[in-house]
Amino acid sequence: MTQILSAGTDIEAPPQAFAETWSYFKENRGAVIGLVIIAALVLVGATADLIAPYSPILTNNSAFLKPPFWQAGGSLAHVLGTDAIGRDMLSRLIFGARLSLSIGVAVTALSVLCGTILGLTAGYFRGVTEIVIMRVMDIILTLPSLLLAIVIVAILGPGVVNALLAVSIVLLPSYVRIARAAVITEMAKDYVTAAKVSGVGGIRLMINEVLPNCAAPLIVQATLGISTAILDAAALGFLGLGAQPPTAEWGTMLADAREFVLRAWWVVTLPGIMILITVLAFNLLGDGMRDALDPKLKR
Amino acid sequence: MLRFLVTRVSLIVPTFIGITLLVFVLTRLIPGDPIETMAGERGIDPVQHQRLIHEYGFDQPLFTQYGFYLFRLAHGDLGRSIVTHRPVIEEFASLFPATIELSLCAMLFAIGLGLPAGILAAVRRGSIFDHGVMAASLTGYSMPIFWWGLLLILLFSVLLGWTPVSGRIAVLYYVPSVTGFLLIDSLLSDQAGAFASALSHIVLPAIVLGTVPLAVIARMTRSAMLEVLGEDYIRTARAKGLSGFRIIAVHALRNALIPIVTVIGLQVGVLMTGAILTETIFSWPGVGKWLIEGINRRDYPVLQGGTLLIGGIVMAVNLLVDVAYGLINPRIRHSL
Repeated sequence: MTQILSAGTDIEAPPQAFAETWSYFKENRGAVIGLVIIAALVLVGATADLIAPYSPILTNNSAFLKPPFWQAGGSLAHVLGTDAIGRDMLSRLIFGARLSLSIGVAVTALSVLCGTILGLTAGYFRGVTEIVIMRVMDIILTLPSLLLAIVIVAILGPGVVNALLAVSIVLLPSYVRIARAAVITEMAKDYVTAAKVSGVGGIRLMINEVLPNCAAPLIVQATLGISTAILDAAALGFLGLGAQPPTAEWGTMLADAREFVLRAWWVVTLPGIMILITVLAFNLLGDGMRDALDPKLKR
Repeated sequence: MLRFLVTRVSLIVPTFIGITLLVFVLTRLIPGDPIETMAGERGIDPVQHQRLIHEYGFDQPLFTQYGFYLFRLAHGDLGRSIVTHRPVIEEFASLFPATIELSLCAMLFAIGLGLPAGILAAVRRGSIFDHGVMAASLTGYSMPIFWWGLLLILLFSVLLGWTPVSGRIAVLYYVPSVTGFLLIDSLLSDQAGAFASALSHIVLPAIVLGTVPLAVIARMTRSAMLEVLGEDYIRTARAKGLSGFRIIAVHALRNALIPIVTVIGLQVGVLMTGAILTETIFSWPGVGKWLIEGINRRDYPVLQGGTLLIGGIVMAVNLLVDVAYGLINPRIRHSL
C-alpha cells in the first residue's frame, strides 16, 4: 500500500469540474467536429456585414437565377449564383446563418428560463400549482410539435418573433420536467432541510441548492434544443408562417425556391445543406455534452 | 387489468379537456369579429350581424359559450369550413385515409429498413457498417424533411424521371373508393396500371415521411440489441452451441423488442408533424395539406377542428400503445 502511494509521486490533483468535462468531451471526435462547425457558423453570422459580398436583399435585375461560378453561365461576381429575383445566394446564406443561430439561441434561452421557473415553481409548491403546470405541459406534449407551433402562429400572426415564441412554447415541457424532478429530489435531502432550518428562503434554496443539481441535464437538453428550435423555425419559414420575405432565412428561401426545382438546383439545395449542417452540428455537440457531463449515461 | 385500463383512460381525460379548452380559446384570441370573418369580403348588414351573433351565442358569457362548444362537440359538430361550407368533420374524414395510407407506408419503410440495420449494427459492433448506420441515423434525425423531399424530387422526378412530382394517382385513372387506401382500391378496381401509378406516387412521400422514424428506430434497435447481447442467457445460448442466427432472431431480438415497440408507438406524433410538411411538398391530398391550406385561407373552423381531431387521435393511439404494452408486460400494469 505504502509502496503504491510512494510510487505515485505524480498523482494529479483531483481534476476541476470544467477540466474533467473537457477531457471527456475532447475524446469524442463527433462532438469536437460539431463544436468547430458551430464556432465557424457563429463567426460567419457575427461578421455577416463584413464578409457578405452583397446586401442580402439587394436585387440585381441583370442576373436572375445565375448558376454558381463553376457552372456554364456562372461568374465569380456571384460565387454561389443568384435567386429568382437576382439576389446573391452566398450573401443570403451568410445572413441566414446569423438569423437561424439567433433564433436557435433566443428560443432556447427563453424556453430554458421559463421552463426552469415553471418547473421549480411546480416542484416547490406542489399541490394545485403543480397539477395545473404539469397538465398544461402534458397538453403541449400530446399535440404534434409543429401543429401546436402552427396553431400558435395562426393566433399571433406570421413573423420571426411570433414563430420564435411559438417554438419556445413547444419546447417548454422537457425543461419543466427536468427542473421539477430536481426540486423534488433535492428538497428531500438532509442538507436542504438543514439549510431550511437555518432560515434560508425559498428562492435562495432554489438558486443555491437545486439549480446546480439540474444544471447538467438542462445544459444537455438546451444544446439539443437549439437544433430542434432551428429545425422547427425553418419548417415554419418554409410553410410561410415564420420569417417573411425579403428576410434571408433558410426555410423561407427554400419555400421561395420550390417552383424553381426544375431549372435551378442551387436555390433548392444550398439553404437545405446549411440547415442540415447546422442542426447536425448541434446534435453532435449535444450528444458529446451528454456523454461528458453525465458519464453514468454513457457507460 | 381493469384497474390499469381505468387509470390509463382517466389520465387522458383532463388532457383532452385541456385540448378542447385550447382550441376554444383559439377562436376567441383570433383578431377580428368571428361573424365578419365568416361573412368574408362581401360584408354583412348590421341587422343580420346582430342576429348571427345571437344565433351563434357570441353574446353569451364565455363560460356558457364553452359549454355550447362542448355540447356541439359531443354531437360530432365541429363547425363548417368557411371556404367550402362543408362540415369540418366530413372534410377530415374524407382526407384522413390518404394521411393514414402515407403514414403506414412510411412506417413500413422505417421499420423494414431500420430494424435490420439496427440489428446488424449491434451484431457487428465497431465495424464500418456500424459506424455507417450511426452516422446515417444521426443525419436522418437532423434532416429538415421539407428539404429532403425537394432533393428527392430533384433527383428522382426531375433528373431520372422515375416518379411523378405530386398527387396520389395519375388523373387518367378513376378508382372507386372502397377502403379509402388507393393502393388497395386500385388493386380491387382491376385497372391495369392503376396500382403501379398509385405506388409510384407514394414512394417518395413515404420515404420522406419515414426518414426521421427510420433514424430513431435504427438507433433504438442498435442500443436495445447491444444491451440484450451482453446478457448471460445469450452466453448460455452460445455455449449450448445454437446457431448465431437463432440466438439473434429468437433469443436476443424478442427481448430487445419491448423498447423498440415503445419507440415505434411514440412515432405517431412525429408522423403527424411530418405529414404536414410532406403533404405540402408533394401536394398529397391528406389532412396535413388541408390544415396548411386552411391557415392560408384563414379558415379557422378547419384549423380548430383539425387540431382537435389530430390531438385526439394522437392521444388515442398513445393510449392504445400504453394498453398493449401493459398486456405484453405484466410488470407495467401492476406497477400502478
